[in-house]
Parts: sequence; C-alpha cells; structure tokens
Amino acid sequence: MEEISFETNKEPDILLPPKTQSKALRWMKENLFSGWFNALLTIVSALVTGYILFHSIQFIFTEDWSVIAVNFRLLMIGQFPVEEVWRIWTAFGLLTVLLGLSWGLWKGSMAHVAVSILAIMVVMLVMPFIQMNTRLILGGNIVLLFLTFFIGTKLPKLKVPVLLVWLLFIPVTIFILNGFGVFEPVSSNIWGGFLLTMLIASVSIIVSFPIGLLLALGRRSTLPVVKYFCVIYIEFIRGIPLITVLFIGQLMIPLFLGNGIEISNVMRAMIGMTLFSAAYLAENIRGGLQSIPKGQYEAAQSLGLSKAHMMTFVILPQALKAVIPACVGQFISIFKDTSLVAIVGLTDLLGMGQKLVANPEFLGKQMEVFLFIGFIYFIFCFLMAHVSRRLEVKLGVGER
Amino acid sequence: MKKAITTPFWRDKRIVPILLQVLFSALVLIAGYYFITNAISGLQQIGIKLGFDFLKNTAGFTISESMIDFQPTDTYGKALLVGILNTLRIAFFGIILTSIIGLFVGIAKLSNNWLLSKLATVYIELFRNTPLLVQIFIWFFAVFLPLPKIQEAVTLGPVYLSNRGIAIPWFETHSNTVFWIVTIVLGLILAYLLSKVLLKMEMESGKRRYPFISAIGLFAAIVIFSIIFTGTGLITIHTPAVEGRGFVGGYTLSPGYSAILVGLVIYTSTYIAEIIRAGILGVPKGQIEAAKALGLKNSTTLRLVIFPQAIRIIIPPLTSQYLNLVKNSSLAVAVGFQDIVSVGGTVMNQTGRAVESIVMMIAFYLIFSLITSGLMNLFNRKVQLVER
Repeated sequence: MEEISFETNKEPDILLPPKTQSKALRWMKENLFSGWFNALLTIVSALVTGYILFHSIQFIFTEDWSVIAVNFRLLMIGQFPVEEVWRIWTAFGLLTVLLGLSWGLWKGSMAHVAVSILAIMVVMLVMPFIQMNTRLILGGNIVLLFLTFFIGTKLPKLKVPVLLVWLLFIPVTIFILNGFGVFEPVSSNIWGGFLLTMLIASVSIIVSFPIGLLLALGRRSTLPVVKYFCVIYIEFIRGIPLITVLFIGQLMIPLFLGNGIEISNVMRAMIGMTLFSAAYLAENIRGGLQSIPKGQYEAAQSLGLSKAHMMTFVILPQALKAVIPACVGQFISIFKDTSLVAIVGLTDLLGMGQKLVANPEFLGKQMEVFLFIGFIYFIFCFLMAHVSRRLEVKLGVGER
Repeated sequence: MKKAITTPFWRDKRIVPILLQVLFSALVLIAGYYFITNAISGLQQIGIKLGFDFLKNTAGFTISESMIDFQPTDTYGKALLVGILNTLRIAFFGIILTSIIGLFVGIAKLSNNWLLSKLATVYIELFRNTPLLVQIFIWFFAVFLPLPKIQEAVTLGPVYLSNRGIAIPWFETHSNTVFWIVTIVLGLILAYLLSKVLLKMEMESGKRRYPFISAIGLFAAIVIFSIIFTGTGLITIHTPAVEGRGFVGGYTLSPGYSAILVGLVIYTSTYIAEIIRAGILGVPKGQIEAAKALGLKNSTTLRLVIFPQAIRIIIPPLTSQYLNLVKNSSLAVAVGFQDIVSVGGTVMNQTGRAVESIVMMIAFYLIFSLITSGLMNLFNRKVQLVER
C-alpha cells in the first residue's frame, strides 16, 4: 500500500477572502449603478431631487410665515369665543388621557399614534408664537400623557372601560362644546378651523360605520326588498360626487324636514358626509363578508345558531377583522373629503384658509397658508395610512 | 279528533320574510311620504312649482370657456349643455394624462434603482395624503393666478405662462386632413394585415420573415407617399403669440382649467401608480420563471406573459379611479371653472330651482358612471380568464 505522507512543516495555504469593496460602495453599485441605463436614471433623479429639495428648503427658510403665526388661533379653532376655550382644552385633556391609557394598555399601533400626537404637542410647545398659558396647558397635557401611560401599563383591567369612554368621547366633546343648557351655549355656526374639520370627520366616521354595516348586511340579505333598497342606495351615492351630496344636505334637508325642525349648517354638512361615507364603508364591509368561507356559515348553522347569533358571534368578528385596514383607508378619504365643506360655506380648516387669503392684509400669502393647511392634513393622513399598513401586516390580511 | 301541530304564523319560515319586507317597505314609504309632502308644501310656500320648463328661459349669464358658441341670450338648457361639455373636456384630458403619469410612477416605484423608487414613493405619499381640494387651491391661488401679466408672460419654448392662462401650441386641421386620416387608417390596416400574414408564414416555415419590421416599413412608406402627394403634413401646428391683451393662435388654458386639470391628474395618478404596481406584482412569480424556462426574451415575457395577466388585475380598480376622476372634476366649482356643477349652481342661484338643478347634476353623473362602468365591464369580460 502506498504510504501517505503529510507535509507538516509547510505553511498552510490560507485562502484569503476575496477583496471586497466597502459595504456602501457595493450597495451603491447594486442599487444605483448596475448598468448604463440605471446610472442615467440615478443621475437624472438625483438632479431632480436636488433641485426640488434646494428650492423647497430655500422657500421654507426665506419665506415670511408670520401669516400663520398671527392667525394660528383662527386656523385651529376658528372664532370660538376666547372665554370658552377651556371647553376645547377639557375635551383635549380627555383625549390625552384616553390616548395615554390606550398607549399603555395596547402598545403596538396605539403607541405610534400616541407618540405622533406627543410629537405634535412638543412642536407646538416650542413654536415662538404660542401664548404662555397655552404653553403651560400643552406642557400639562404632555405630563398627563406620560402619567396615564404608566397607569395604563400597570392596570390592564382598564381595557373595557377605556373602550367605552372612547365610544363616548365624541358625544361628550360635542356636549361640552355646545353646552346644551348646562353651560352657556356656543352655537355650532361659529365652530371653525381644524376643530371643525376634526369634529365633522369623527362624527361622520363614527355614525357612518354602523349605517354602513347595516347596508352591507342588507345588500347580502335574502329579502329582495331590503336587498334592492340597499343596492340602489349604495350605487346611487357611489355614482355621484360628494359635492352634490353636500348640496343636497344644505338645500334639500331643510326642505324635507319642513318648517318644524331647524338644523344648523354644520349639522347638515355632517349628515351629508355621513350619508356619503356610509355607502363606501358598506362596500368595504361587504368585501369582508364575502371573504368568509361558506363553511363558516354552515358550521354555525349546524351548531344550531340563529341567524343573529351566527352573524354576531361567527361571521362579523372575522369579516370586520379582515376589513380593518380597508376601513382605515376609507377613514383617510373621509378625513380628506371634509375639506369640501369649505365649498358650501363652512369655515373648516380650508374654509378658514380661504377667508385668510381673501383678506387684503395678507395679500400674496396664498402659498404659505395653503401649504400649511396641506401640511396639517398630510400629517394626519400619513399617520393613519401608516397605522393601516401596520394593521395589515399584524392582522395578516391576505395571507393564509 | 287529532289536532294537527301547526307553527304559529310568526314562526313560519314562509311568512316571516314576507312580513319583514312589508314592514320594511312600509317604513321606507312612510319616511319618503313625510319628506316629500314637507318638500312640496315648503316649495308651495315660496311659490315654486316643480318642473323643467325653466330650461327654455334665457340664461343671461356668460360662460367664459365653452366648446360651443354660447351667448347670454341662450337658454338655461344650453348653459347646462356647455357645463356638461366642459366636464367631459376635463375628464377626457385628465384620464389620458393621469394614466400616462400613473403608469410611469408605478413602474418607477418597482424599479431596481433605489433613488428612483424612493422618489416615486415620496411622490405617491405626498400627493395622495393631501386633500385634492387643497392641492387644487394651491395650484390655482398660489401657482397659476400669481403668474405675471400677459405682457410680461414667461415663455418656456413655445409655451406662454401668464395670469390670463397658459398658451400651448395646438394643431389645426386643413383641407388635406381628411385625405391624411384616410391614408393613415388604411396604412394601419394594411400594416396589421401584412404583419399577420408574415407571422403566419414564419410560424409555418420556421424561417424569419420580420413581420413587425416589415409592417412598420409599409406604414412608413404609405406616410412618405402621402407627404409627397399632398405636400403638407397631417395638421399644421400653431404656436401662440401675445398680441395686445390676449393670445393669438395656439390653445389657451385658463388658470381655473389648468388648476383643476393639474390637480386632478397628479392626485389620481398616485392611485393609478399603486394600482399598476399591485397589478404587476400580482402576476405569480412562477409565470415569469416559466416564461424564462421556455427561453422567451424579456420583452416578449413582458408583452405576452406579464401584461395580459396584470391587465386583469388592473382594470376593475382602474375603472373606479377613472370614475373618481370624473366625480372629482366637480371640484372645478371651487376655482370658477364652469363645469356642470358650477353652471348648475349658477342656474340654481338665478332661478331658485334648487331641486331641479341638483337632480340634473345627479342625473348627469349617474348616467356617465353607468356608461363608463358598462364599457369597462365589456372590456374586462374580454380580457378575463375563460374558465370551464
């Protein structure tokens, strides 16, 4: 047999790793300069980005933003009387408590929302034009947010009560703002600015959800009369623009209700928005109902559940969970669409902006005013879109 | 005597649904009756009779932009027709432009190029998370209205920008245009037939016959022939020029029209970009791998494998975006462009015929929506997968 010998004295051949470019260089080569076409695209987009960034930054820092500073109060709360502003702060404090508690209780997406609101409060706190007492209240709210966050983490039992208070939050807010006999009444006709935008958006979201649910169930009903009523309603509303629905709200609702009932402009806009968004929400919810496999219905029936029980305990929990992201998307559109009430003469955030630029004192400040308004809408819509994407991943919609 | 066991009628499965429906209809009818009697009595109090006779009356207001000749002495009916045409004008150009931009942004977002894809993402997030009306206001009040006076108009090549509007070069037809259209249509048909024949020959013989290149060559030959024959082009391009206080030649877009068009196009394009991206990503990866395994070129894979499958996913949401664009064009009322809602509002203010005006606006949008979804459904059925 051949003897196998090992050379022991020789230095072993150590294979060095291949020479690599630094990580950043490699990443750039793969993602930006992988071919001549890609390199061209990179250069063109870099030029475009640079141009836009340069001019935007230049605009932001050289422009005179005093029009916003002077009218900040009008843009936020409209002509709400100064001596009654404590009502808004009370409602805002309640919101802070709820947010803090929910942040502590649920974490996850709630944490993102709470932190964003916190960031907005901090930014407002350092703005130079904010009055001192407003600053104090904001600071107090920030402390309150942290305080309730710790309470929330310590007391997980609060989940159900907090949910109940969330449901009551908007009615309570409207009660506080309006007074309704307990306090001096503040007519809803002078509600304005961002406050009004938020109120219209939240009322139409909250009220239209149950109506949309009923419409979706009705559309899938086996009773032809109910079914066709819902189909006609949904398709009718989805076929016409929101502005015509708002016109109907402003001009025809008083006509339909006769002389006996008077409702304010704001209320009519809220009704219009609600009727409109209910049809869209109904279609979203119907999508969820259709995604439930037939086996679920059959299983529920074979367990002997009545129709109502089957819906409440088997079908709806699954269907609603599946459509949460789509519904949040719909809420974003409702929020954006509230800007249309400016056309029918309400002074919401955008309506207030329109009034400001019409004022000769602020001539030529259109860009500043509308950019600021757009920025506010953007923050909230982007936040909601972000939460919707998170929920989509978390709930595993579309993944099996 | 044995008593038969019967279910009481309120538990009878045959009767309960009927009862429920009767109850539901009764509720709807009562509510409807209440509303309508209120409305009629309210209208009687202010002395207005429902009816569309007023459409024959003289309008008495001017419409600054109109595709057909309109004078203040014309009727309300004609004014509304002008409004409808203006809405259709926004819809037509809006849909074309937004589709092109949406397609590019959607593809850019899918690009391997990191910078380009991030740029597309920022574009989408920025413009879809701001209300359309705010965007239109920014375009109108902060971009197009503050442009310099017409005498000091900014020129970008042949395009003039001024606060009176934007003047762009536009085409004009002439006596030879009809001949041109005929030859172009004829050329397209001939080229298509030639490519079909050559492709069939290529498949049968297995030899290359260059069907696509030959078809283009034939079409080019026909075009060159008609240039030599007529001595003119298809159309003449008119570049605008400033003369006194107005533009001469070209095509002038008013600030209102520009604002609503730019706003709508950008806003809708963000949605279309996402739809196109979802459609392309929605084609199963196995399909692309299978095409590669068969040895298809990249362009052929795109044309014959990815595109036909992506279009099936894209069409239904795309239809609803087009309809949204048309419905959103009603925001023109906010910048003074006289579309159907704006004209309807003017008619409403002048005549006090709120109900009729709103009914006519609604009827227009409903009919338009029905026609569009009908057409898109037809197209959809054509490209849809045929299953057993």
